[in-house]
Amino acid sequence: MSSALSSPAWLQSLRQTARDRLESDGLPGRRDEAWKYTDVGRLEVMAYPLAERPGSPDLTAAPASGERTQLILVNGFLHSAPAQLPAGVSLTRLQDAQEVPALLGRLLPEQGKSFATMNSALFEDGLVLQIEAHTDLEHPIELISLGQADGPPVAFHPRLLLVMGKGARATLVERHAGQGQYFSNSVAELLLAEDSCLSHYVLQDEAMTAVHLALTALRQDRGSRYQAVLVQTGGRLSRHEMLPFLEGEGASFSIEGAYVARDQQHIDNTTFVVHRAPGCQSQQVFKGVLAEASRGVFQGSVLVERTAQKTNAHQLSKALLLSDRAEMDAKPELEIYADDVKCGHGATIGDIDENALFYLRARGIDDKTARQLLINAFVAEVVESIADDSVRAAFLAALAQHLSHLEATA
Amino acid sequence: MSDGMDQVRTLADQKYKYGFVTDIEADVAPKGLNEDIVAFISAKKGEPDWLLAWRLKAYRLWLTQSEPTWGRLHHAPIDYQDSYYYSAPKRKDGPKSLDEVDPKLLETYEKLGVPLHERAILAGVAVDAVFDSVSVATTYKGKLEEMGVIFTSMSEAVAKHPELVRKYLGSVVPYADNYFATLNSAVFTDGSFVYVPPGVRCPMELSTYFRINAQNTGQFERTLIIADRGSYVSYLEGCTAPMRDENQLHAAVVELVALDDAEIKYSTVQNWYPGDENGKGGIYNFVTKRGACRGRASRISWTQVETGSAITWKYPSCILQGDDSVGEFYSVAITNNYQQADTGTKMIHLGRNTRSRIVSKGVSAGHADNTYRGLVRIMPKAERARNHTQCDSLLIGDQCGAHTTPYIESRNPTARLEHEATTSKISEDQLFYARQRGLSQEEAVALIVNGFCREVLQQLPMEFAVEAQKLLAISLEGSVG
Amino acid sequence: MLEIKNLQATIDGKEILKGIDLVIPDGEVHAIMGPNGSGKSTLSYVLAGRDGYQVTGGSAHYRGQDLLALNTEERARLGVFLAFQYPVEIPGVTGINFLKTAVNAVRRSRGESELDAMQFLKLARKKAKELGVGEEMLRRAVNTGFSGGEKKRYEALQMALLEPSLLILDETDSGLDIDALKVVSEGVVALRSPKRAMLVITHYQRILDYIIPDRVHVLAGGKIVQSGSKELAQELERTGYAQFTGQAA
Repeated sequence: MSSALSSPAWLQSLRQTARDRLESDGLPGRRDEAWKYTDVGRLEVMAYPLAERPGSPDLTAAPASGERTQLILVNGFLHSAPAQLPAGVSLTRLQDAQEVPALLGRLLPEQGKSFATMNSALFEDGLVLQIEAHTDLEHPIELISLGQADGPPVAFHPRLLLVMGKGARATLVERHAGQGQYFSNSVAELLLAEDSCLSHYVLQDEAMTAVHLALTALRQDRGSRYQAVLVQTGGRLSRHEMLPFLEGEGASFSIEGAYVARDQQHIDNTTFVVHRAPGCQSQQVFKGVLAEASRGVFQGSVLVERTAQKTNAHQLSKALLLSDRAEMDAKPELEIYADDVKCGHGATIGDIDENALFYLRARGIDDKTARQLLINAFVAEVVESIADDSVRAAFLAALAQHLSHLEATA
Repeated sequence: MSDGMDQVRTLADQKYKYGFVTDIEADVAPKGLNEDIVAFISAKKGEPDWLLAWRLKAYRLWLTQSEPTWGRLHHAPIDYQDSYYYSAPKRKDGPKSLDEVDPKLLETYEKLGVPLHERAILAGVAVDAVFDSVSVATTYKGKLEEMGVIFTSMSEAVAKHPELVRKYLGSVVPYADNYFATLNSAVFTDGSFVYVPPGVRCPMELSTYFRINAQNTGQFERTLIIADRGSYVSYLEGCTAPMRDENQLHAAVVELVALDDAEIKYSTVQNWYPGDENGKGGIYNFVTKRGACRGRASRISWTQVETGSAITWKYPSCILQGDDSVGEFYSVAITNNYQQADTGTKMIHLGRNTRSRIVSKGVSAGHADNTYRGLVRIMPKAERARNHTQCDSLLIGDQCGAHTTPYIESRNPTARLEHEATTSKISEDQLFYARQRGLSQEEAVALIVNGFCREVLQQLPMEFAVEAQKLLAISLEGSVG
Repeated sequence: MLEIKNLQATIDGKEILKGIDLVIPDGEVHAIMGPNGSGKSTLSYVLAGRDGYQVTGGSAHYRGQDLLALNTEERARLGVFLAFQYPVEIPGVTGINFLKTAVNAVRRSRGESELDAMQFLKLARKKAKELGVGEEMLRRAVNTGFSGGEKKRYEALQMALLEPSLLILDETDSGLDIDALKVVSEGVVALRSPKRAMLVITHYQRILDYIIPDRVHVLAGGKIVQSGSKELAQELERTGYAQFTGQAA
């Protein structure tokens, strides 16, 4: 709350509006269609107190920055940022902005129950990253959000606004990790101007005792390209929601997701793609491995508005169920109002492909190894499209570490 | 969009050829709905006390319920008090045989292409015709009786086979199931009842023809089909209504029960009045259809061709309880002008080795909206359950919508589910190819749409398949782009 | 030596193999020919131990071991190699990873030392080159997006790497053009040795022009209905299978 006191008038009013709405509308629950499979409204985490600015945080969970521009948030507070940012990149905190940054909050749901509203009411150090037009960043920008609750549980609400100028090219790596009991409710708003290009790699590897909610909303102008890889392995309950608006002709959006869940983990991937302009493409592929009493949720919705002729939209959800206590719920949805389109979705739920298993065994590979090979390949394939070697290796390592737990308990 | 397409769009408006009204005296209950009306209906039918009590229980619950809003459907609020809940063609004691049926009624069904006379064209199809609220004739009764098959109106079944009705009525769709099913439970008037005894393969297709005639009348029929062990029955249902400016409500309930090794095939061609090209009038079709595969290796197959109604809200479903049971859903839904359809199925897998297959073809034209909504749920005990779902949508013109909302839930690792959906427009290449070979644009579209729906149409019994193909072409007339 | 005695098998309760008797001594190549649906592929799957095939009678021994008592991978390690009619696509699993895992699993079972990554890569490259398998195919996922010919070459490459002692070729010639057939056949012929037995299952005689069999058997209706020398194959090419399908029914 401390920073809220010193914040500019526009921010105070934004927060007040959000608070009022939160009070009048409340939070979504199971009766809301979008939250049918992921019930968080009644979780006790909603009562976790807001985190205070940590004194001396433990940064062991943060990887070495290498050549990446690394920003570290601890419990939603900006802990460190390099003194020197690459040319064409600027960073401000929202509370230091004299005016409301363009489009802040505009992509978020205007009314109704929403955790984004909760974020708007309660975030601490909101970050604004600007990448100037035609900047071509060689190395990724890495945003690390650490949750630290050594004592009593805490809640925090990381917030990011990324503004990509025309023709700018960048890679944003987002990593979520931590320890203890905490509730992280992050919101990222990404604005992609004409012909800009963003690769966005997200690794959600929160503490297994944490609850993680995230919303990534993005607006894509003409000819912009967005390519995401989203890996979810952590958290006892997590949901990552993507909300892209394809506003300019010929924009393309792609997300590949992988998740691994065990114990009583609940992992939700929700995507709602809005096609507003003609000739845009969207691709979604999610692959999950569900062991023990875990539960996976995929909700992928594609809305093609009347104006979005020549849309090409596809979504695919594949889940492996490894235990008779695991559950998968998939809801791939198409809502189409333009006729000259190619849209489709597919969803499969099952166990390991028996033909592939037999083929491997017929080559002398034992059943257990063959299964491991197939499971690893199933999810690792997603990560292969990460262009940056060290980032790809880090994501693969996180997947491998969680998969090894499955193997140990199999 | 090519010139040819525009040209077709301006072709003659769709004509609804079943829109005539039969001028016949009717026996009606006062307008509106209250406990007295419920009692009136029950008394008219000379029902036993338990059934009246059941109706009242449903009515009282209904008062506390509200209309479901999750469908992708928009309509003005329905005034449930501005409707008649009972309308029967006037008669003295009810027809004993076809000779006693009002000749005007017989003429109506002739016009509809449903011959009640047993010598008629559709030889081999036993027909039960429901006119507004009551069943007017059931053909082939004698022959079926010899085999022990009961095919009769629901009213008659209540009187003659109360033990069967009492055992199964509401056992698949309980009176509290949903708003429209609850309303139906309170005010249902007639419908068909079928019982096929163990081991009997019903020798002919059984068929009911529903027609709404009277103005401002809701039709609330209730159908119950029981296939006992090792039996088989194929049942067809067709529906039409006159053209009227007001919207009329149709809230039917169909319950199917298949015991061990039994099979029920249920086919519907729904061609209720869809309203005019501006979206005025038409039937509101809110229907609950559900089948229970209770027995081992039982099988229920739903096939529907939905071309009519201003609004269609129906989800013929299967509860796959018995091990090795099979549920199927084959659907064609065509919407044109301002029609709205929100239709699909639910496959609930409870037993081991249960299998389900869903094939849905949606065609949307004009300003219509067409939604497939389906649920496939695998419960933990459904070892090795299998589901395959294919759902395709075709858009004709740029003012319509085609939507797909499947829910796919699995709680068993040995189950395997596959779902595929596509949405596309009618292919210009195919149109060009067909026209280059001499077909008119309309013929070409009909051909392509028929091809698109083929997998489903193939499931229909012969007599219906031909009718259904024609219906597809008629439904899309004047809209085709 | 492979010894099959009165082998009977069913799929979903349907009888497919109705009593097969076959002995293949080490060093010999036997061909099994027969019309579609005669049980050829079933025989290969039963020998390789695929789930879903119930052996209802008879026996199959290889080098004195009861094959039917072993699971799929144990048979593979014993030296049984099935070249699939339709090699399975395994997206995401790279060829190198797959081949190395398989080779080392087999080497381990023979009491040989495992190959490290470098040793293996050297070996794989050498063999791949011999069989005209492009190096990029090793980096791609197993069989994924391969043409029919590429898949069969890939099978031949695996044979060369795993060095099995009993080869079962299930319609390896199907879907192959002449050039690819030649390369694959040469790969197989190169493995001919006095210690190795081969069973070539085929519908057509043409693969037998390259892999000359010592014996030819005709399988029809789940039984071997005739056996003879390599000339029998040529005769079948002329006369067709009709005589046997009648006989078997």
